[in-house]
This record gives sequence, structure tokens and C-alpha cells, in this order.
Amino acid sequence: MNSSDVLGLSVQAAKTLLDRGEVSSYELTRAVLDRIREVDGRVNAFVTVTEDEAMAQALSADRRIADGDNGPLTGVPMQIKDNMCTRGVPTTCASHMLQDFIPPYDATVVARLQLEGAVLVGKGNMDEFAMGSSTENSALFPTRNPWDLDRVPGGSSGGPAAAVAADECVFSLGSDTGGSIRQPAALCGVVGLKPTYGLVSRYGLIAFASSLDQIGPLTKNVTDSALVLNAIAGHDRNDSTSIRYDPPDYSRALLPDLKGLRIGVPKEYFVEGLEPGVEEAVRTAIGVLEELGAKVEETSLPNTEHALAVYYIIAPSEASANLARYDGVKYGYSAAEADGMWDALDKTRQDGFGPEVKRRIMLGTYALSTGYYDAYYLKAQKVRTLIALEFRDAFQRFDALVTPTSPSVAFKLGEKTADPVQMYLNDILTMPANIAGIPAISVPGGIVEGLPVGLQFLGPPLGEETLFRAAYAYEQATEWHRMRPDL
Amino acid sequence: MKLTIEEVRHVAALARIGMTDAELELMRDQLSHILESFDALGQVDTDGVEPTRHSVDVDSVMRDDEVRDSLLREDVLANAPSKEGDFVRVRAVLGDH
Repeated sequence: MNSSDVLGLSVQAAKTLLDRGEVSSYELTRAVLDRIREVDGRVNAFVTVTEDEAMAQALSADRRIADGDNGPLTGVPMQIKDNMCTRGVPTTCASHMLQDFIPPYDATVVARLQLEGAVLVGKGNMDEFAMGSSTENSALFPTRNPWDLDRVPGGSSGGPAAAVAADECVFSLGSDTGGSIRQPAALCGVVGLKPTYGLVSRYGLIAFASSLDQIGPLTKNVTDSALVLNAIAGHDRNDSTSIRYDPPDYSRALLPDLKGLRIGVPKEYFVEGLEPGVEEAVRTAIGVLEELGAKVEETSLPNTEHALAVYYIIAPSEASANLARYDGVKYGYSAAEADGMWDALDKTRQDGFGPEVKRRIMLGTYALSTGYYDAYYLKAQKVRTLIALEFRDAFQRFDALVTPTSPSVAFKLGEKTADPVQMYLNDILTMPANIAGIPAISVPGGIVEGLPVGLQFLGPPLGEETLFRAAYAYEQATEWHRMRPDL
Repeated sequence: MKLTIEEVRHVAALARIGMTDAELELMRDQLSHILESFDALGQVDTDGVEPTRHSVDVDSVMRDDEVRDSLLREDVLANAPSKEGDFVRVRAVLGDH
């Protein structure tokens, strides 16, 4: 079997070949590393490639496979977004602040995947500290969309989405605070899941906004998403916000029809600014859901219009507190020339953080400062309650909601960098799920002028099985997930 | 409502981020523009609504007081920009150094 036969394999297809001995993890990993060498000079999805470690892990996976001691992910090459700690492997958050940081421990998700025998091939590029929607805020370099190298991959998990789309890994892990898994998944034509808040441990995820952050898989199809979630979901004593819950086997939720499923279409998600091509693709997709047996009905979530303001008050407020730890003392960048501690702090943070990170820290500091706390932060938390209640009511009547993932297809590099508010609008359809803590998944839902469109399903807390069912049935009834960019 | 340059300077001092005059001016424009986009939030009726701090109910989480391995000192210290022996070296907090 030569390397072109194994590129593009899903987790599921890789396991079949590995089990039958038709390919070894060593060969599969070698093929993926060759692919990275061939295309990543153009895509720039990787901050670090861990070639030597990967080959060693692949050999050890092959021994497990030979012994019959293998699970669904054993020997499968994966990438991890560069805001999740990997012991001994640099974890930069795509920031000058952490450019030389080498974590002394693994994030829980990394440890769990390595226990399963997944092979780490490298770390994925991202917007600095996960703040952005295009990966242009990476302090290292921008990532490009494999479907059109002049366009962005979305963000902040742009590296993971592009790497999966370009077959530079079989799957990747991203983090999603306001859409950072789902929006790049949509723009790169892959599957991205943001689980229920607390379902996946955040231990070892470099914190951005702690009440919103959640880790999830980026994969080539819905089945793979369920298989990766199986490996990473579940309570962790090292994350006090992780839910005490025994997760089911999510792969059992993958059913080919939607008979009896009630799906709502919230009209506020078809907003001004939604590209006509995206709307048409999503309306067509809704027709497919009906053909599969779903009962589809329009509904209304009027507080959706406030999600942007709520998000851009709460997330920066939490970020301003979380990023206070970067003081140039314990780890990270430290300004060399400074006059005492306070001057060192000011200079370290002036040079170490990029413009968007500074903007968010400033915004959050302002919203939390004396005289503004009630008007901004407290008000946002109250409206957050209203948004969550509105979802709770909707899920009394519907099993799931369906919407576009992003108002647009992938845009050109530089197109939206001048105006921060313009960039923030990219996440207008994904932020509500983080605000309410509910799960959501984006699946390929069409192609407009050669660029992928994402279809988003939202579910009630711990409703991942319903999301997988809806997404899987739709995926199996369409061909979008089989389409790959021509690199 | 546009922020004053003094307000922006005050926030930068609270956030401990050094800024040049040009950076302060740019931040003033951008923050003012972003805050304007939040205006509609003030109109939402939230009388009697409790704030949500976390989307799941998080109570105090207790665990048994048992001895567990901690990180290796060498590994942790390896990331410190400045150190002396087994200690992280910090700059002078008060006065000259």
C-alpha cells in the first residue's frame, strides 16, 4: 500500500486497515508526516511538528495492535491545538508570551488520547490565546484555507481545521469559547463539535474565558467525532467544573434516519449579513432533514440579538483575569530591560501580547472596573440567564435546532482585520451555545462557489447523542463530507 | 460615548500593559467603537433576573486530603526566565535594585 492510499483516511477507515494489518501505524504516520512536509509550507497549519516523537509513538502503537491491545484511536495520527499542554513539547498559544514555554505536564485530553495510543504529529496554529475568527491573530504566522490559499481557515482553531481538511492529520482537537471549533470547521469543510460545558476536562487547556471554554474534536466525518469524544469525555478530578457524568458510547447514537425527531429553525439565525449562498445551502439542507423524517418547524429566540454584546463583555472580562498570570516571572516571555518589578510587568505585557489580546484585556478590565461593573459585567450575566432560559424553553418543544454555522464562507486574508467589530460578527451564530453552555456541532452542508458551508445543530445540555444522530443522518444523505480541497 | 484618554490610560494601568501615546489613542477609538455596539444591552429588561456566572451549577467541590505526586521541581523551574538555585528570581519590588 503506498502513501497516497492512506491519505485522507478517517479514524474509522484507518482502524479497519490497522486491524487487518494492511497498513501499520508506522506507515500511516510516515505518510502523514510526508504530507505535512509536502503541503504545510503553503497551508501553515502547524506551529510544531513532532516527527521523532510521532515515529516512536507509532512503533509502540504497532506493538499494541499486534498484541490485540488496541482501541479505535490506537496508531492514528492526530494534531492538537497549541493551547493544550503537551509534556516536553512547546505549547505557544501562538503568542510571543509563550513562544518558549515547554509544559511540565499533559492536558487531561492529551493524556487520555495518548493512553488510547493516538499518535501526536504536532501542534496546531491558532489566533493568539484563541482570540480571533481567522487565525490572522497568530503572532507566529497566519494559516491558509486549503480550499483557497488566499482565504482564511476561520479561527481560532484555524490550524486544526485546515490540517484535517488538508489530510495533514486524521483528526485534531480544538477549543471553542465563542465558535472557535465550529466556525473554522465550517470554513474548511470538516466536522467540528463543541460539547456541553463541563463534559470534557479543561485541565491543561490554557485558559481564555473559563465559563465558556470547551475542548472538542475536529474530524473528517461525524462518526470520527463520536469516536474522539468517547476518548476525551468524562469527569476529571483536576477540573472542578467538569461534570460528574458517565458518558455513553456516542458511536451508538449514529442512526441513518430522523423519524420523529423535532427540529426547530430559529429565525433570528437568518440575520442581515447572512450571505445568500449560505442561506440557500442551509434551506436546502433543512429540506433534506425533512426527507429523512424530521419534523421541522420555524421558531424564535429573540434574545439572540444580544449574544454578541453579552459574549464580548463576559469573555474579555474573564480573559483579563486569566491573563493576569503572564507576569514574566514564573514562565513565559520576560522583558530584559526594566526598572524594577512594576516596569518589568508593563514592558513584558506590552511586548509579549499582540494587539487583539491587548484589546480584549483592556475591554475586560474596563467592564470590571469600578463604576462600570453593574452596567456591563453584571448586566451581561443577567442577559446570559435570559439567553439560557430561552434555549431551555426551546428544547421543551424541539430535540435540536438547526442553523447556519457562520454567516459567510471563508473570506480573504486581510479582508476583515481593520475593524474589530466586523471580525467579531463572524461568531454571531456560534456564541449563543457557549453563553448557554449547550452542545453544538458543525457539519459540511454545501459548497458555494467552491467554498464549504457549515450546517450547525444545537442541542440541550448533554444532548450530544441527539446532535450526532441528526448530523450523521444528514451526512449520510449528502455527499458534502466526501469533497476535499485540491491542494 | 467616547472614552477619554485619561480613562484609557487608567485602564491600561489597571491591566498592567505599557502603551505608547499612539497605542493609547488607537485603543481609545477601538474600545469606544466596541462599547457603542453594546448599547442595546442596556435596554433589555432584567428586573428580577439572576446573573449566570457558570452555565452549570458549580458548588464548592471537595476532595479527600490525600498525598499525590506533584510536578518535578526541575521541570517547573525550567520555564522560569530568571532563577537562582532552586528559586525563581524576581526583580526589586520597592525602590532601587
